[in-house]
Amino acid sequence: MLRKEDARFVRGQGHYVDDVNLPGMLHSAILRSPYAHARIVSIDTSAAEAHPKVKAVITGKMLEDLKLAWMPTLSGDVVAVLATDKVRFQGQEVAYVVAEDEYSARDALELIEVDYEPLPAVVDAKHALDPDAPIIRDDLEGRADNKIYDWEAGDAAACDEVFSNAEVVVSEDMIYPRVHPAPMETCGSVASLDKVTGKLTMWTTTQAPHAHRTIYALVAGLPEQKIQVISPDIGGGFGNKVGIYPGYVLSIVGSIVTGAPVKWMEDRSENLMSTSFARDYHMHGEIAATKEGKILGLRVHVLADHGAFNGVAQPTKFPAGFFHIFTGSYDYPAAHCKVTAVYTNKALGGVAYACSFRITEAVYLVERMVTCLAYELQMDPAELRMKNLLRPEQFPYMSPTGWEYDSGDYPRALKEAMRIAGYEDLRAEQAARRARATEPGADPSTPLMGIGLSFFTEGVGAGPRKHMDILGLGMADGCELRVHPTGKAQLRLSVQTQGQGHETTFAQIVSHVIGLPPEDIEVVHGDTDNTPFGLGTYGSRSTPVSGAAAAVAAQRIKDKARVIAAAALECSVEDLEWEHGRWYVKGDPSQGKTIAEIAMAAHSSLELPEGVEGHLDASVVYNPPNLTYPFGAYICVVDVDPQTGAVKVRRFIAVDDCGPRINPMIVEGQVHGGLADGLGMALMEVIAFDPDGNNLGGSFMDYLLPTSMECPSWELGETVTPSPHHPIGVKGVGESATVGSPPAVVNAVLDALQIRHADMPFTPAMTWRALQGRPMRPDLAIE
Amino acid sequence: MRVAIKVNGQECSSEIEPRLLLVHFLRSTLGLTGTHWGCDTSNCGACTVWLDGVPVKSCTTLAAMADGHEVKTIEGLESSGVLDPVQQGFIEEHGLQCGFCTPGMMMAARALLDRNPDPDEATIREAISGNLCRCTGYENIVRAIRWAAAHQTAQEGAIA
Ligand code: FES
Ligand code: FES
Repeated sequence: MLRKEDARFVRGQGHYVDDVNLPGMLHSAILRSPYAHARIVSIDTSAAEAHPKVKAVITGKMLEDLKLAWMPTLSGDVVAVLATDKVRFQGQEVAYVVAEDEYSARDALELIEVDYEPLPAVVDAKHALDPDAPIIRDDLEGRADNKIYDWEAGDAAACDEVFSNAEVVVSEDMIYPRVHPAPMETCGSVASLDKVTGKLTMWTTTQAPHAHRTIYALVAGLPEQKIQVISPDIGGGFGNKVGIYPGYVLSIVGSIVTGAPVKWMEDRSENLMSTSFARDYHMHGEIAATKEGKILGLRVHVLADHGAFNGVAQPTKFPAGFFHIFTGSYDYPAAHCKVTAVYTNKALGGVAYACSFRITEAVYLVERMVTCLAYELQMDPAELRMKNLLRPEQFPYMSPTGWEYDSGDYPRALKEAMRIAGYEDLRAEQAARRARATEPGADPSTPLMGIGLSFFTEGVGAGPRKHMDILGLGMADGCELRVHPTGKAQLRLSVQTQGQGHETTFAQIVSHVIGLPPEDIEVVHGDTDNTPFGLGTYGSRSTPVSGAAAAVAAQRIKDKARVIAAAALECSVEDLEWEHGRWYVKGDPSQGKTIAEIAMAAHSSLELPEGVEGHLDASVVYNPPNLTYPFGAYICVVDVDPQTGAVKVRRFIAVDDCGPRINPMIVEGQVHGGLADGLGMALMEVIAFDPDGNNLGGSFMDYLLPTSMECPSWELGETVTPSPHHPIGVKGVGESATVGSPPAVVNAVLDALQIRHADMPFTPAMTWRALQGRPMRPDLAIE
Repeated sequence: MRVAIKVNGQECSSEIEPRLLLVHFLRSTLGLTGTHWGCDTSNCGACTVWLDGVPVKSCTTLAAMADGHEVKTIEGLESSGVLDPVQQGFIEEHGLQCGFCTPGMMMAARALLDRNPDPDEATIREAISGNLCRCTGYENIVRAIRWAAAHQTAQEGAIA
């Protein structure tokens, strides 16, 4: 089925936050720190205030009086809405201007004079815990260092035992650099406070409108029932639009102060410099195995760079997210990880950028470590994986770090990917090329061919509320389904789409259960006044959680329809038989009622049986019993130019298993997008810093996204293993490809270079240096 | 200063600041919000419109530069209620997700097909290389443009 939402998008009639224009609306802009670390000596706003078109200039000191200078982050830390004492990263919010138009607001920023006293910056996470490192968070009481937490999972003693007796141990240091989700639409909001009714209406770029409403209520002290959060069309999220940013809160303050609606839209540089980065994990991994390649254990120590404020979006109980799923897709007894998180003078972050809470880093680690082991053992990486993959009969499988994988047939997926790739032929071609390259007179410009594999298991659909919450809010999602008298339906969802096609997919889920045509089912989302509470769309939650809610609601409608049909047909419910969209009397198909007819009866004067209410509505809060575990096998083939270091992706094969596919076209589209994002991380995306903490990736000139030229024509395949606990067996898929593709690309590049490890991104310069045996750290512009 | 710009076939005259960018003129002054703004650096292509039939990035074009010229935006791509084959192709081949890059992408695509009605894949990829999409991985966009090429040839054939 084609997408319902496209009719408006192809006409340019999408309605994004920046398209919201209200009568009397004012515009605003934020002054940001040029320093990574500096004390604020004074701020002089008088010239800005004198600008004829300026309506308000707001500083942190003024917010202190309103008790709004600081707000909670999603991790329970606090972050400055506007800096008061000092600035802690380049691009931090320092002052805010509201003016009649955006150009005047930006003009006025230049009239604000801030006197800074620069302080030494901590840029390298590896030095954040040095005894002489400056203390970044001196606002927090009793802070003597820059450590945020130490966190462990797994069994350290069992791991030590395995490692001390192992035949082979391989260890490696690797960096998953700081990257940015960079949706094409930046963040923004329009806040409008009605002084008479006290109602705040907030149009904003959010993936989680209900959670935002609750947090605004907590931050601004406004009554929650008087706040309406509307997220109209959203131009991509990728985790960037989960958190609450100072700009959103400032637009509310601006509306309170001026009494008019206030718009705030971030520009691209602001987005890339200050609005939630992801990753930034420095990992030391060790893998133990037998000489035959049976994996025995894995242990890892991570140094996590969280920037100046801990704003990570992940369940409260898991400070390092779901990183401890790092045992991956393999069967081995011992695993242990320790994660140490530190503050540095960088923007806050660790957002769930298409990573289901740090699974991206975990999969990268294990897939690199397994490939390093294959390199060490001189064994084919596919053969090594086949030897160690979990087998179908092991499901449900309890991992050594306590995760219960629901279902899977891993060898089948890997075989399918190898079949599509023609794996044996590719390896033969590679061997022949390598042999030719050593012959005398071989052309030194012949590309180096590399083949990379990755296999991933994801855990998505967070999550059971007894285990998972964000800021005390459990992770259930609600939905309401109403069938109107004429048999047209409305489904109201707590999750919000950012391009995933919810209006189509969710209509299809309901249609599948009750048989109304999807065209007759309207999906309503992105408006807290008109939808039930829930935690929103991120971490591939929509289909596993809200999709389940929709299926259950539809099933309840179907059950109720049966009782009403029996009353209308004057028979007992046991005498009814279901065919898609219709109940009929057993043995007499001519005697029946379609769902539309039953809907009319439900609203009519028909006498309903005892205990059955009128109308055909259902509302459900779905608390998922477990995560769902989609998985996949990816193979990447690259050619590397040995003279320039340029990497060309020749082929990319992706086999995904996300259970049954509600809309195969949309699933494929999601996979394509994720693959491009993963390719970007492997080959070009990194936000690097100079020693003073200057962000070197603050525009699309420096922070490179893949274009149509770098992306190959993706080759997709699928296997289908339903989830046993989801009402229709489906698993999430939105992030799978972003999780699975970076290690495949990196493994391919390193296979081409025939070296065991170097860090991504493999830009031509980085690849060329790796070829020379002089790899450098990608995250720092220093050696 | 006063500018007179023909936008989607209609004469629009307005008093503007000389520094006003074309993207803001279209979005704020005229309310044509189909043209999007995704970067500050001419890199993303979300703001692509036509100036006298040539695709330009309206985030780095001054409205004043369009004075006396013709501009076409996504709102002008549909003709008398019928979608352009490019628009139809994007629907048929799932060439969009969030839809934010889509108007700029389609303006670039239409310009390509006007120059070259039957481009191969490499030509298509090059023609849209100045338009970033974060959602789709480009594959379906390429297919959408090929769909449009195939269907407009068919249509033209039918007329001839
Ligand atoms: S907004 Fe013009 S190219 Fe990005
Ligand atoms: S469809 Fe979202 S950026 Fe292209």
